[in-house]
Amino acid sequence: MSKATEIMTPDAVAPQDHEHHDHIPKGITRWLFTTNHKDIGTLYLWFAFIMFLVGGAMAMVIRAELFQPGLQIVEPNFFNQMTTVHGLIMVFGAVMPAFTGLANWLIPMMIGAPDMALPRMNNWSFWILPGAFLILLSSLFMEGGGPAFGWTFYAPLSTTYSGDSTGLFVFSVHIMGISSIMGAINVIVTIFNMRAPGMTWMKMPLFVWTWLITAFLLIAVMPVLAGAVTMVLTDKFFGTSFFDAAGGGDPVMFQHIFWFFGHPEVYIMILPAFGIISQIVPTFSRKRLFGYASMVYATGAIALLSFVVWAHHMFTTGMPVYMEMFFMFATMLISVPTGVKVFNWVATMWRGSLSFEMPMMFAIAFIVLFTIGGLSGLMLAITPVDFQYHDTYFVVAHFHYVLVTGAIFSIMAAVYYWLPKWTGKMYDTTLAKWHFWCSLVSVNLLFFPMHFVGLAGMPRRIPDYALQFADFNKWISVGGFAFGLSQLIFLALVIKACKKLGDPVSSQVWEGAEGLEWEIPSPAPYHTFETPPVVK
Amino acid sequence: MSHSKANNKMVVKLLVIVVGMFGFGFALVPLYDVFCDVTGINGKTENSAASYEYIEIDESREITVEFITRTNTGMPWEFRAQTARVKVHPGELTTVSFYVRNPASSDIVAQAIPSVSPGTAALYLNKTECFCFNQQPLDAGDEAYMPMQFYVDPQLPEEITYFTLQYTLYDVTARASDLTTKPNPFMVPQPNRDI
Repeated sequence: MSKATEIMTPDAVAPQDHEHHDHIPKGITRWLFTTNHKDIGTLYLWFAFIMFLVGGAMAMVIRAELFQPGLQIVEPNFFNQMTTVHGLIMVFGAVMPAFTGLANWLIPMMIGAPDMALPRMNNWSFWILPGAFLILLSSLFMEGGGPAFGWTFYAPLSTTYSGDSTGLFVFSVHIMGISSIMGAINVIVTIFNMRAPGMTWMKMPLFVWTWLITAFLLIAVMPVLAGAVTMVLTDKFFGTSFFDAAGGGDPVMFQHIFWFFGHPEVYIMILPAFGIISQIVPTFSRKRLFGYASMVYATGAIALLSFVVWAHHMFTTGMPVYMEMFFMFATMLISVPTGVKVFNWVATMWRGSLSFEMPMMFAIAFIVLFTIGGLSGLMLAITPVDFQYHDTYFVVAHFHYVLVTGAIFSIMAAVYYWLPKWTGKMYDTTLAKWHFWCSLVSVNLLFFPMHFVGLAGMPRRIPDYALQFADFNKWISVGGFAFGLSQLIFLALVIKACKKLGDPVSSQVWEGAEGLEWEIPSPAPYHTFETPPVVK
Repeated sequence: MSHSKANNKMVVKLLVIVVGMFGFGFALVPLYDVFCDVTGINGKTENSAASYEYIEIDESREITVEFITRTNTGMPWEFRAQTARVKVHPGELTTVSFYVRNPASSDIVAQAIPSVSPGTAALYLNKTECFCFNQQPLDAGDEAYMPMQFYVDPQLPEEITYFTLQYTLYDVTARASDLTTKPNPFMVPQPNRDI
């Protein structure tokens, strides 16, 4: 009898038949009251996917407006709302919940635990999220519109010059933050206390390691974000002057506080991706991961460095030269542990017997395209040239390469890798190939020319642009629409897979797959590892 | 079960970190001010009067101090420096004056915020008297001259020979409504004396 079912399952909702542990509650209450890590993982993943489509629809509005110069489809203020809410939804609604969903599904199965350590809190941390995004999205329909100050909500744009919807924005960010913090606490406690006997620290799969470090980043910086939005709230509505120079505050301080959260946040969105790729590449290379220990240390090093580089987002605010030098070199230092990771992935593939199933295709695309994003990041780190790149489409190209072809491609790779384990059936590989190739071509058509228009001086977050950027923007928009449509193929594939169409798979699913999650049957039973496995 | 006890203990520890970091976010505000005070990197000058005792005037050095004025968006006052730039010797007490006029049909209270560039020079700019230390009320249609007296610390690093002091004028009428009755010691009413 597992402690999870004994202590944590509400009896009224999910009466457990002790003889048949796979009795699954039916109907909507199953999902509302569930404390099962697999159910909650599924909820997180579906929520993230829906938010990905909603945020993507906003990106379509942005690209439609930018299809040609001039203002034709939306008002500038609405355009600003679209860029703002697109960013917020993709960061807090799509990428982060998707990783939390994967953590819920996989961490207990990977470390041989019956469930997450705090299943009831797990339920809460998911179910407050839809409310947060309902608040954020409904603010778009307020008089004066929703938040229009960019996802970074710089003061005084978010204080002196923002609309009344700022209150709703702050409230929704608070709820998102609480949800992330609860999720992170759950992950840490699970990994510390619930590993199966023999699952020592240095035997943990890298996805577990990267998530553990991510969770510590989350509990360190999400409270700082909560503080920043609270200060914006009181500055706007209660007459404080944290960021108002007239009252003795300093608007530049906002940027320092925000990016003290914001830079670790970008690693929150990429470290789990590193973990996923480190699981997939060895499987399809049929070799052990090259340099396991160095991967762990590199992840830790990236996490620590992330706290001392924040001001590279602010090179143009008028810092003294010695500070710019410090932040420039600290930022460049991050490319060392990141380079270690890329090297290790390539070295894992070296002389492996490679096969190119869908997860591997996405993983390889990740390695190549994330490296492009990393290199443009290195360019942005160089202070003197950053004065040219700052606030141009070059920056947009950079962070979309690391977040779309980085984080989101890794999430897709993860879905293609573990989906057969979740459903017990192989998904439609023809659709998957269509999805992969359409996405790969369109995403590069979408983001690569942004480097060019950025270097030529096209500013970001502006609904109109100079005529000489027209041709590139047309192609960028075509790429954008194509990438958006490609994701509908993915949607069709996932729906088909959830209906359990397709050929049954073995428990190992992939020939080279190793790890505890591949030792349990496919589909993964509702309750797993009620008696902990022994890890040798 | 022992697991659940261990879990609770760990949750408490992690919550302490969370609360601590929330506090740290707010602690960043005074930390930022202290850090900037010490290093002078954000170009803010002291917000209170420095006392001037006679110090050796360093005749061998000449520093150019430039004055720039601007008004915040929505602030209707006219605001300009009577002296665009002045050459001073370190240690020498100098007075300059700023002209303001309130062309609006309502009384307005203003607050001037100084900013020095390059920022390190702010540490060596000592003001013995400044209109920026207080809020400045001006009735509709009135004008005034506001004095500012300063000296440059002879410790000013050798490489700085030129710096700029910018004042931005903010409309603080809304938040100052209960303070406007206070007479202002630094406002020189019309007719004015030229300095």
